[in-house]
Amino acid sequence: MNPSLPNYLKKQEGKRLFDLGDIACAWGALYAKCSFYAGYPITPASEIAEFLSKELPRTGGRFIQMEDEIASMAAIIGAAWAGARSMTATSGPGFSLMQENIGYAVMTETPCVVVNVQRSGPSTGQATKPAQGDMMQARWGTHGDHEMVALCPNSAQECFDLTVRSFDIAHALRVPVLLMLDGEVGHLRETFDLKLPETGLNLPKPPSPSDAPPFGGNPVPPQVLFGEGRYLHVTGSTHKPDGTRDVTTPEVHDQLVRRLCRKVDQNRHALKDVEKDIPRNSKTVVLCYGAPSRPAAAAVEEARKEGLKAGYLRLRTVWPFPGDELEKLPRSVETVLVPEMNLGQMSREAERFTDRKVVCASKVGGVCHTMREILSKLREVS
Amino acid sequence: MDHPLVKYLRPGTIPSTFCPGCGCGMVLNCLLSAIEKKKVDPKDIVMVTGIGCSSWIPSPMFKCDTLHTTHGRAVAFATGVKLMMPDKKVLIIAGDGDLSGIGGNHLVHAAHRNIDLGVMMVNNRIYGMTGGQCSPTTPSDLYTTTTPYGNLDQPMMAAELMVSAGANYVARWTTYHVRQLTKAMEELMQGEGFRFLEIISQCPTHFEKDSKRTPTEILDFYKENSIPVAEAKEAYDGQLGSRLTVGALAERKRDGYMRRLEAVERKLRADMEGEAQKNAAGTREGKK
Repeated sequence: MNPSLPNYLKKQEGKRLFDLGDIACAWGALYAKCSFYAGYPITPASEIAEFLSKELPRTGGRFIQMEDEIASMAAIIGAAWAGARSMTATSGPGFSLMQENIGYAVMTETPCVVVNVQRSGPSTGQATKPAQGDMMQARWGTHGDHEMVALCPNSAQECFDLTVRSFDIAHALRVPVLLMLDGEVGHLRETFDLKLPETGLNLPKPPSPSDAPPFGGNPVPPQVLFGEGRYLHVTGSTHKPDGTRDVTTPEVHDQLVRRLCRKVDQNRHALKDVEKDIPRNSKTVVLCYGAPSRPAAAAVEEARKEGLKAGYLRLRTVWPFPGDELEKLPRSVETVLVPEMNLGQMSREAERFTDRKVVCASKVGGVCHTMREILSKLREVS
Repeated sequence: MDHPLVKYLRPGTIPSTFCPGCGCGMVLNCLLSAIEKKKVDPKDIVMVTGIGCSSWIPSPMFKCDTLHTTHGRAVAFATGVKLMMPDKKVLIIAGDGDLSGIGGNHLVHAAHRNIDLGVMMVNNRIYGMTGGQCSPTTPSDLYTTTTPYGNLDQPMMAAELMVSAGANYVARWTTYHVRQLTKAMEELMQGEGFRFLEIISQCPTHFEKDSKRTPTEILDFYKENSIPVAEAKEAYDGQLGSRLTVGALAERKRDGYMRRLEAVERKLRADMEGEAQKNAAGTREGKK
């Protein structure tokens, strides 16, 4: 279930590498003891599959290239019930195909990690260019009521760190975790260390598998697996705590779906992960995530040199959305500026939590914002 | 006294949810008989199913580890299970709509991969659970709830497709042939590589809505219209009136996916150990 790190990886621990964000993510998977990967080629995520096809077998894990992303998502869920720590990686079009089975993972409480290296859409769009157009698809892509956990790195090091964290969260809460890279971060080449991060997340320990029901009772039920002689019944249909199907009793569905949402919601503070620098007298706060947060940080620094009172708030956990951070902004803040590589997805979410003016600095077309672009927007709104 | 096979069922699953005269009960009976005969421990089986009437055979009736998945994807889920549980028998029961329609791509690829799964396709030639719509195996010209002017398509020949896709074992029988079915299910459980069994099964509620045939009349029809593969002069084309060719369509001895995978992994481990020893020797040399 949770094997120790293979010697092959122990030997390389602490090494500093210079490589793609995608590759840092794949290294993170190895150090998170990922034991199963299924995927389908797609730009700009293929490097993750290529790397793991070579390295995963060296750590005792298994890799398979499936016929499409639907099958990839299905296979990682099947493998998880067989005891694997499993993962897939894709980009927008494949992420769309995975949505039904992501919902299945939510409903059956299957721990797994889905990496989406976002590219410019809709449809085939600019297949090789980066975007952040899937932020709302991550939140609401699968049908039915649900909560979602999604993380968003902005450097190669964070690709490594947050991949490890994604596995931790997936297994602590028995949920699928979405790791939302963008093509810019995935194809960014920089240094990173093969060093396991301090998780820092205060997640609940799931009850140990005993006679407790595997699909109810506790907010996070114990993880029982195939092969333990429990005659597990796993279904995406509405089910009772023992796993057997009951699709007609209103209370059974109500209790199940509310519990599935509650187990994420009641851990929203443990899951919260922001980087912030909001001085008391700030007038404008830049709210950002992923690739645009890099030029945004530089723009805030420049703006301060010019005398503008600017703050910086970056989301590493994007879902659940840390609305409380916006609710408790200093009174001096008049504007929240959101640079994002879409036409305004997270900025719209921000509007739900603050009465200040929210301005989206959109950029689409497959190119990330420059520092100057964000700086001039900062001047404009300040 | 309980029926000798009741011990394999989850408590409280009888009476079943199947319509009177449905073939699914017979499929379950054959499967449990095969398990009993071969003394297979249900703890060594993982059942994976999709969506549709026949997927309700193991879910919830058969007492074993069961993964009741999304529509059409059972084979893909099962691939993940098998890769991480190579010692288990991973079996799939689903219908013609599930396996050859929405999940057709997964079925073809699992066969071409020759991965060690046993698939039972219960072919009632119609979408039963949703109310009798046309399926990929519905005979041409048949009236269904979505082909009110007759079915324009030709029926898909799933078993023949599996032969050409590279499955190690492919057979077709009907629910009339309970002994042969049981035997074929034993074949699914004991062999290597991808193993596919098409079971022509009756749906008195929907498929026979216009014919008004009783279940026993349908079984008699299956009996009279079946012909062993070896004796068939014409290929079965899935049409009404065409003679059902029954029996094994392929019995190959190719290495299964798991055997090939394990061989690669063994070689990789040996290479890594060799490399480590060479490095250790090199370090000792260096120290001298």
